[in-house]
Amino acid sequence: MARIDLQGLAHAYKPNPKSEQDFALKRLDHVWQDGGAYALLGPSGCGKTTLLNIISGLVTPTEGRILFDGEDVTALPTQQRNIAQVFQFPVIYDTMTVYENLAFPLKNRKLPEAEIDARVREIAGMLELSESLTRKARGLTADAKQKISLGRGLVRADTAAILFDEPLTVIDPHLKWLLRSQLKHLHRRFDFTMIYVTHDQTEALTFADKVVVMYEGEVVQVGTPEELFERPAHTFVGYFIGSPGMNILPAEIEGDRARVSGHEIALAGRFARPSGTTKVEIGIRPEFLRIARNGEAGGVPAALQSVEDIGRYRIARARLGDREIAVMCGEQEEIPADGLQIVFDPQRVNVYADGHRVEGEA
Amino acid sequence: MALELIEIGKTVAEQPHISDVSLRLERGSLNVLLGPTLSGKTSLMRLMAGLDKPTSGRLVMEGRDLTGVPVRQRNVAMVYQQFINYPTLTVYENIASPLKVAGADKATIEAEVGKAAELLRLTPMLERTPLELSGGQQQRTAIARALVKGAELVLLDEPLANLDYKLREELRAELPRIFQESGAIFVYATTEPSEALLLGGKTAALHEGRVAQFGPTAEVYRHPGNLTTARAFSDPPLNVVRVEKRDGRLRSQDGLLDFAAAGVAAGGLADLPDGGYSLGFRPHHLHLDAPHADAVAVTASVAVSEITGSESFVHVDFGAERWVAIWHGVHELPVDSEIQVWIDPARVFVFDLDERLIVAPARAEAA
Repeated sequence: MARIDLQGLAHAYKPNPKSEQDFALKRLDHVWQDGGAYALLGPSGCGKTTLLNIISGLVTPTEGRILFDGEDVTALPTQQRNIAQVFQFPVIYDTMTVYENLAFPLKNRKLPEAEIDARVREIAGMLELSESLTRKARGLTADAKQKISLGRGLVRADTAAILFDEPLTVIDPHLKWLLRSQLKHLHRRFDFTMIYVTHDQTEALTFADKVVVMYEGEVVQVGTPEELFERPAHTFVGYFIGSPGMNILPAEIEGDRARVSGHEIALAGRFARPSGTTKVEIGIRPEFLRIARNGEAGGVPAALQSVEDIGRYRIARARLGDREIAVMCGEQEEIPADGLQIVFDPQRVNVYADGHRVEGEA
Repeated sequence: MALELIEIGKTVAEQPHISDVSLRLERGSLNVLLGPTLSGKTSLMRLMAGLDKPTSGRLVMEGRDLTGVPVRQRNVAMVYQQFINYPTLTVYENIASPLKVAGADKATIEAEVGKAAELLRLTPMLERTPLELSGGQQQRTAIARALVKGAELVLLDEPLANLDYKLREELRAELPRIFQESGAIFVYATTEPSEALLLGGKTAALHEGRVAQFGPTAEVYRHPGNLTTARAFSDPPLNVVRVEKRDGRLRSQDGLLDFAAAGVAAGGLADLPDGGYSLGFRPHHLHLDAPHADAVAVTASVAVSEITGSESFVHVDFGAERWVAIWHGVHELPVDSEIQVWIDPARVFVFDLDERLIVAPARAEAA
């Protein structure tokens, strides 16, 4: 498979773009390493599908170049890019057998029968479809059909990359688990270059080694799932990743203390207010807040509003000053209706200046 | 007021789509239909709406037999997965449309639309057209239109499925309040257990056109009456293993699991008569470290680890069974490596050979 370089890429759907706002995709440089599993994550309208379409060749960018293994493909149509694509709905022929579906792209290229047969069987084995090769595609489950779509892309030997556009949207929750773990397994074994577009954080985080988070046409952070979770570079990443998202609270910062609605919260380092900053906030994930045990000191008082029971955990929503914060609680943990105190883990408190994360000094 | 489904069945081309469904849906209640694709959720809703006629059974609304009464003559509103609005009308006109059709006067329309828009946080968008709205706002408009109709029965068929994850999260948190204020009978179809839990109300677990269980949502989750319901109500999937109890020990057929069922921690396992059972336990109850001294250690082989940054979903093979564990933090384990995991006997569901629930884990109720 290939390494893909994006150089100075930008795209506007309007002709003659003038200002920043005219660009659906703002100027971007990025390298997709050969054999990497990437996710493009963001809300609808963030530019992720535009970026995917530029890579596949469905859209020609207004500015910049795309290189596959160093070769400029910016002007090449999709067919000449050797890209396998999997869309939201499986693209297969219902009346053909699984075998015929997989063989189709090779027959079109007039490959010798023996070669086609060997390749089809290899791909079927890889995707655990060997036992259904003679079955008509029509009667198969949605996840099997999606695997055939993938197989049709992979069956060509020269595939440069696999692009997925929301491939699990129409799959039932239980089958999602299965198909997702199979994709992960395929990646581990065969080192395909994979780019996966989704708005679903669980899919993005579990699938990718590196997640590219997009917001309003810009890449706001590229990181491992752990980095995105523990050190979101932007308050948007904090909000968008995690369910519920990060608690973001307006704060005054003095050295290693933050003041939030009149309460003092300890920080792990010392922070100086960057010059020119208009807004300072702290961010902490619901997972890193805890309800103080009876008589435990160091908690911040808050008023319990509601408790949501998700089965394996519960979310306590409480008011702290004029803000609502979410606290993740265990299945059997006690949540007092009165006198609630919330404990902040200083190591887990991030500080944001105008939305961007700032590092403290030890 | 209540809607009663009495032994409803629907057969299409000799294929049973719905079999023997009896439900009583109270006024002002939220009723979740939970089940995978093709489990009968949409078929059942179409029967409730009067879009289809049942092959057998009766549909009774407040003592009035509605079986065979077409949808036009019923007081029903529906919201679908696709956002359906009139693209050329403003949000105001969209919400007002059922009232106009019903011939309401201007003052009533204004008051009703204002109220629904307020409830669904659409007040600032009333003069826009649907295409100028986000998906979440479009679906709110469709829900507002369903509400102003003043329907006795509001059917929502996976209304959030086409929305972005975050919008879904926000709307999901608001829906229970909206339902409470309306007073109609709500029926809400979903494939997602977590959605059912967040919405609360009552849940009917559907499986192959039958209701496997119907009751308060949290109760169905914590006391699934049968293995089918327990499986439907677990995401990630429920972990299951077949065992045989004899001489105070529980053993799996391959002998890989073998432990003494005694003591307080064994919960209801200690008192089980000898025989065959299925044990089911949810992924967050398959532990990496022993939760207490009476936990049972088993050796399993890692199939794949999925990392979310905050949690890890580790899929393991145990004999012929594939299990999933959810652990806090990052656990990237090598594929095919053998690891030790722990089952907490106090947290297992026990089903008999007919897949009926025998023992559910006790829950220490929070004060």
